[in-house]
Amino acid sequence: MFIITCPFCGERDQSEFSAGGEAHIVRPKQPTELSDDEWADFLFMRKNIKGVQFERWNHAHGCRKWFNVIRDTSNDKIHAVYKMGEKPPTK
Amino acid sequence: MCNLKSLNIQYLSSNYEKNMKNNYSIFSLLKNSLSYHENWHQAWRDPEPKKEYDAIIIGGGGHGLATAFYLAKKHNMKNIAVVEKGWIGGGNTGRNTTIIRSNYLWDASAGLYDHALKLWENLSQEINYNVMFSQRGVMNLAHNLQDVRDLKRRTHANRLNGIDAVWLTTEEVKKFCPIINTSPDIRYPVLGGTLQRRAGTARHDAVAWGYARAADAMGVDIIQNCEVKGIKRYGDTVEGIDTTKGFIKTKKIGVVAAGHSSVIANMAGIRLPLESKPLQALVSEPVKPIIDTVVMSNAVHAYVSQSDKGELVIGAGTDAYVSYTQRGSHDVVEGTLKAILELYPIFSRMKMLRQWGGIVDICPDASPIISKTNIKGLYFNCGWGTGGFKATPGSGDLFAHTIANDEPHKLNASFNINRFVSGDLVDEHGAAAVAH
Amino acid sequence: MSENFRSLETKFLDKTNRISFKYNGKKYYGYKGDTLASALLSNGIHLIGRSFKYHRPRGIMTCGSEEPNAIVQIGGTGSFTEPNVRATEQEIYEGLEASSQNCWPSVEFDVGGINNFISPVIPAGFYYKTFMWPKKLWYSLYEPAIRMSAGLGKSPTQPDPELYDHNHLHCDVLVVGGGISGIIAASISSDNGNNTVLIDDKNSLGGSTIFQDDENFKINDEISSVWLNNQIKKIKNKKNLIIKHRTSLAAYHSYNYLLARENLADHKSLNERSNKLRQRLWKIRAKKVILATGAIERPLIFNNNDRPGVMLANSVKKYIDYFGVRCGNKNIIFTNNDSAYETAISLNKKGINVSIVDIRNNSSSILVKNAKDAGIKIYWNHTVVNTAGYRRIKSIQIMKMSEDGTNVIDSKINLVCDNLSISGGWTPMVHLFTQSGGKLKFRDSDQVFLPNVTTSDQISIGSCNGDFELDDVIKNTISECKNFLSLSLTDFDLLKVNCPKQKESKNIWLLPNDKPLGKTKPFLDFQNDSTAKDIKLAMREGFRSIEHVKRYTTTGMGTDQGKLANMHALGIISETAGVKMGTLGTTTFRPPYTPLTFGTIVGRNVGTFFDIARKTPMHAWHENRKAKFENVGQWKRAWYYPMDDESIHQAVQRESKAARESAGILDASTLGKIDIKGTDASEFLNRVYTNAWSKLGIGKCRYGLMLNEDGMVYDDGVTTRLDENHYVMTTTTGGAANVLSKLEDYLQTEWPELDVWLTSVTDQYATASVCGPNSKNILKKLFPKVEFNDENFPHMSFKNAELDGINCRIMRISFTGEHSYEINIESKYGKSLWEKCMDEGKEFNITPYGTETMHLLRAEKGFIIVGQDTDGTMTPIDLQMDWIVSKKKYDFIGKRSLYRSDTMREDRKQLVGLLTDNPNEVLEEGAQIVQDEKKQPIEMLGHVTSSYFSPNLNKSIALAVIKNGKKLKGQKLLVPMKDKTIKVTVSDYIFFDSKNERLNA
Repeated sequence: MFIITCPFCGERDQSEFSAGGEAHIVRPKQPTELSDDEWADFLFMRKNIKGVQFERWNHAHGCRKWFNVIRDTSNDKIHAVYKMGEKPPTK
Repeated sequence: MCNLKSLNIQYLSSNYEKNMKNNYSIFSLLKNSLSYHENWHQAWRDPEPKKEYDAIIIGGGGHGLATAFYLAKKHNMKNIAVVEKGWIGGGNTGRNTTIIRSNYLWDASAGLYDHALKLWENLSQEINYNVMFSQRGVMNLAHNLQDVRDLKRRTHANRLNGIDAVWLTTEEVKKFCPIINTSPDIRYPVLGGTLQRRAGTARHDAVAWGYARAADAMGVDIIQNCEVKGIKRYGDTVEGIDTTKGFIKTKKIGVVAAGHSSVIANMAGIRLPLESKPLQALVSEPVKPIIDTVVMSNAVHAYVSQSDKGELVIGAGTDAYVSYTQRGSHDVVEGTLKAILELYPIFSRMKMLRQWGGIVDICPDASPIISKTNIKGLYFNCGWGTGGFKATPGSGDLFAHTIANDEPHKLNASFNINRFVSGDLVDEHGAAAVAH
Repeated sequence: MSENFRSLETKFLDKTNRISFKYNGKKYYGYKGDTLASALLSNGIHLIGRSFKYHRPRGIMTCGSEEPNAIVQIGGTGSFTEPNVRATEQEIYEGLEASSQNCWPSVEFDVGGINNFISPVIPAGFYYKTFMWPKKLWYSLYEPAIRMSAGLGKSPTQPDPELYDHNHLHCDVLVVGGGISGIIAASISSDNGNNTVLIDDKNSLGGSTIFQDDENFKINDEISSVWLNNQIKKIKNKKNLIIKHRTSLAAYHSYNYLLARENLADHKSLNERSNKLRQRLWKIRAKKVILATGAIERPLIFNNNDRPGVMLANSVKKYIDYFGVRCGNKNIIFTNNDSAYETAISLNKKGINVSIVDIRNNSSSILVKNAKDAGIKIYWNHTVVNTAGYRRIKSIQIMKMSEDGTNVIDSKINLVCDNLSISGGWTPMVHLFTQSGGKLKFRDSDQVFLPNVTTSDQISIGSCNGDFELDDVIKNTISECKNFLSLSLTDFDLLKVNCPKQKESKNIWLLPNDKPLGKTKPFLDFQNDSTAKDIKLAMREGFRSIEHVKRYTTTGMGTDQGKLANMHALGIISETAGVKMGTLGTTTFRPPYTPLTFGTIVGRNVGTFFDIARKTPMHAWHENRKAKFENVGQWKRAWYYPMDDESIHQAVQRESKAARESAGILDASTLGKIDIKGTDASEFLNRVYTNAWSKLGIGKCRYGLMLNEDGMVYDDGVTTRLDENHYVMTTTTGGAANVLSKLEDYLQTEWPELDVWLTSVTDQYATASVCGPNSKNILKKLFPKVEFNDENFPHMSFKNAELDGINCRIMRISFTGEHSYEINIESKYGKSLWEKCMDEGKEFNITPYGTETMHLLRAEKGFIIVGQDTDGTMTPIDLQMDWIVSKKKYDFIGKRSLYRSDTMREDRKQLVGLLTDNPNEVLEEGAQIVQDEKKQPIEMLGHVTSSYFSPNLNKSIALAVIKNGKKLKGQKLLVPMKDKTIKVTVSDYIFFDSKNERLNA
């Protein structure tokens, strides 16, 4: 089980958090104007990367805040965390 | 891990024509015992890849090997290869809890899984390899009133679909498996359950090995330690694959890469509705027979059977995050054993011998994809989530049909990729059927 | 049998504390501190069990957790029974009962022993090749027979009388292993201000050095065991150091998360186990981890190397030097290295007959010189080619080895013995290192895998890091620790160490024999009976990766998980294939390190603590009223309230009638309640519900339907506008937590611009729902200041009110179709609110009703229950709730998905009513519905979602979802049951008061 550094609360055990899947999938502002294909892409298609992935986590049993995590899915190493709305760190 | 295959060891190479002549039976065992078993032939060859195949299957697990076997056997395609980046059967085939059943809710699922179950019933004879298919029955327990409704609904659907599932009262559950704690005083008492008697378990390694041996005997090249590095396309048509053993030309590529499906899809430039998550399982130390059926409980998340070695085989759940590490979090294991002890307090002093993880590729509707893609000659068989083992023969058969004919069989027509666009999902999640 | 093999004084046992125990029903004695193995050996008992496949007699081989053979059933047949316990780890206690496993009728005469005679026909993987013909015999004969022979010990059959515990532990440095390197590391770490924890699986510290009395091993001119003993005394008083005995590291996960099992009671007699706490699982987060897990001795692989009396040399040394037990009167040491000479010298010093067979030509080690000087006979350049003795080794045959070591030459020499101590060198215990994700490297000189690269903050020291000589161990432990803990000086920097150096060693994985391999039985995995020829057979058949070979031959799959077997399996594979060892990799070492009791993993979370039970503030009242409860999520909800000996049917019929005829009361406290505040609260609701919210007046309530983004119904409930920017939303009981987290998700990630704040208030309020024609009269009595006429307090509106000075929120909303009020009050007053309602309602025969009646009443009205009438595949259109889906709103969660080709199909499954032709026939919920029973394959149109006998309509009613249902109204359909077919007619799904007249009655 990993340790996640919540940007609001600090280091906590993974069991306090819930995972929210791939990050930066922006909900379309005008869904009705999308084709079925484009909507399916938003709804279901995922990169599911083996390697460094951007994803969302929620401090469910803590401050209940959502935030972003950069994690390597091939070894579970967490490279960075950053708040919602913030740009991902470049390194 | 380095594999011996690449080392071209003299004594290991014998020609494959001899292979199936070495028919497995009690007589061949007796005969070979006279020569101290020193004259057995290898179960499958260890070929170098040819320049070109009529079809290449990516992934040497049970599903991939079964696909190759049925392509050769039923569709007369002999010039085919299975490429596997590690060793055959080393992924989810060798890591699952081997439960086989077909009591699914929706017609599409029931058709698919019961087709598989029927193939299981003759598989040992079909491939001349004892996969130790054990029809010890699978019970699914209900722990709340909605569970009861859902399981009864499923049982009614099963009956009308010709699947042998029956509803059991709590007393009948107890009678069928006396070690279950059916006391009404436990936190989530057993309110009944369903039983499919034709369901059961099989020896997982034997499935991969048996299909490999049978496919090899028909000329299929099984190429281990060969990792796919790229899918070559010309426009919207496949041309071949780049591998660690060089480029291999082909017009048809069947991808059966389980947890790594998205990795291959990314190479081909397409996206799939999959997430790869850790799934864990564990076994206890071996004990004399104590439970002679498979019991699954979705509501408290516990399922258990006993292997032919005597180990209790226990499946844990998935973690919610993507991971390719083949390990999950301890909480999941703890949660599962908690449920096991709730239902089987007698197992408290049993000991966990070994735990492990696999990577399961999960679709949003908990149903698989056995489908063509928008790229000509590229086929995917993936999304089996936590329950792919049971489908192995059916999945191979139907995927072979889809590849050979470039169109799905009616049994896998519903499991196309386009359902995520149209919305015509086969939602075994929503229907609360256990997806294991 | 009466001979006493405990010949010597030893300081490690309490000789004043004699303990009796039973083995296979017979009484024996040992001393406090003995393991079951040492106690049995002291009584001259070597035969412990039978092997898994061939049922060959097996004895004690080792003195630790690597033991493959000496595993027994402990604790008799009662509730304390435990299978597969290693006799080498189990400490004896007064009254201990142990028995042999996998044998019948007894370990001496085991019927299963016949397998040994048919062993030529049942090599590795034989079952894959046979039992296929005739097919039906597989089920009736072959499979049952295979199953019968499965397993070793017996599962308990009674619940566990003991308890288990969990504890969290955070430390700067965790040291695993209390041998000499672990003790030095723990000392250094704690001396330098680190909160340090040292764990060790034995009952006392010191590893193998603590019984090293040889003059050749000295630290600062003291004999090494004396020096170490003083160190142990010192560390016991260190402030920063916690020492945990009988604690074994089970698993080492990433991020330095480790699990350790502390044994609290297994060494105590049942009388001493008063607090019932048996084991504790420590969940450890360590900033740094130092692994000092040691090494285990390797066996040698030769023909019939499995007989009772064949033991590892260092274990024999521990039995004599630590436990004071000799393992035989005529000992032979068989070795390929110098370390086994220590055993020979120890035995010799104590006057026990010993000789040595060594596969090497010579060795210049001081140990060898000492052995020679002591007059011990050494057979250089010889190997054992066979052994004799069924239940205990009696003799061995040795032969000279050819120059290249691949063959044997000259004539056989027969040597009589009753113990054969073997040593094939040492294997570092790198299991935990690899569990943590570390990668190994291979050292050719002594053929060992060693820790190489790791991603976590850890080091390995001592013999688990490949240092096998005392001076290296100490020197490297100190330098590694300094480096790891960033220290420049330690108290140990100037230690002077003297020890013998390992000289010539020679490793042959499979020793040569005069017979062809096929005629011999050189065991690798002693528990699972896999031999070197099985490995070769697997390779011959094309299994090449170590994982394949392991699985095909079952090598390393026993309860010891191949601690002794795996290296030889790898060695023989590489030798056979002619590949350099080390390029093959290893098999994966999976947790736990040693088997871990289920109860320990689960801890206290059993029984009542399996899962929390959420109870409403009125729960005690319901219990008092003998309510039956239903589990809904974690909540306990009153299901129905039987009076006298009413059945559920009778109770529900009575409750339902009462609610419609006069007054009923339901505990609705479990419904999820979310407090929503902020200037954008209305806009937020617009986006999460399918209907429009902006125009909802203050003090008004509205029903809302929430979809998933895929367009399927997710949750529903009534939301009330308390103020301009203040709402309270109700959700389903089971969905509350998920709805809140979903709403938070959208709010924080998709719409951070909205000024909205969400708070769960489910537990803060208790809710009593009073319904029926007399509900208004009861409310009037409770709240005399509130005007309850329809103009002032219409349906779907809300009022603040006071009950005895306590604020209440009253919503006039209805889930039963009756005139109805929900009264919300602070939780702590919930029970008194309820009681007041009952008191004031008494004159109106107010009747408490449970969830079953609530379900019935709402079904009469055609109100859905999300999760019962929907299953994640129903859109609001499917539910015939088009009216609630705003056409005007630009967007809401799930809207786009309603316009996909499949979701727009007109013939989707749709919610309808069903009436049985026989009005007394109640359909089974979950039953399938068809049009034509004869059609093959049968086409199922849908299923019954809710079904009741309605006392108010005096007939059976049901809700169902049916393909194209909207258009089938009035049509006859069939519900085929197992034993009959029920005729039904599709109807409207509102059965009762379709004009909603009763709401204002």
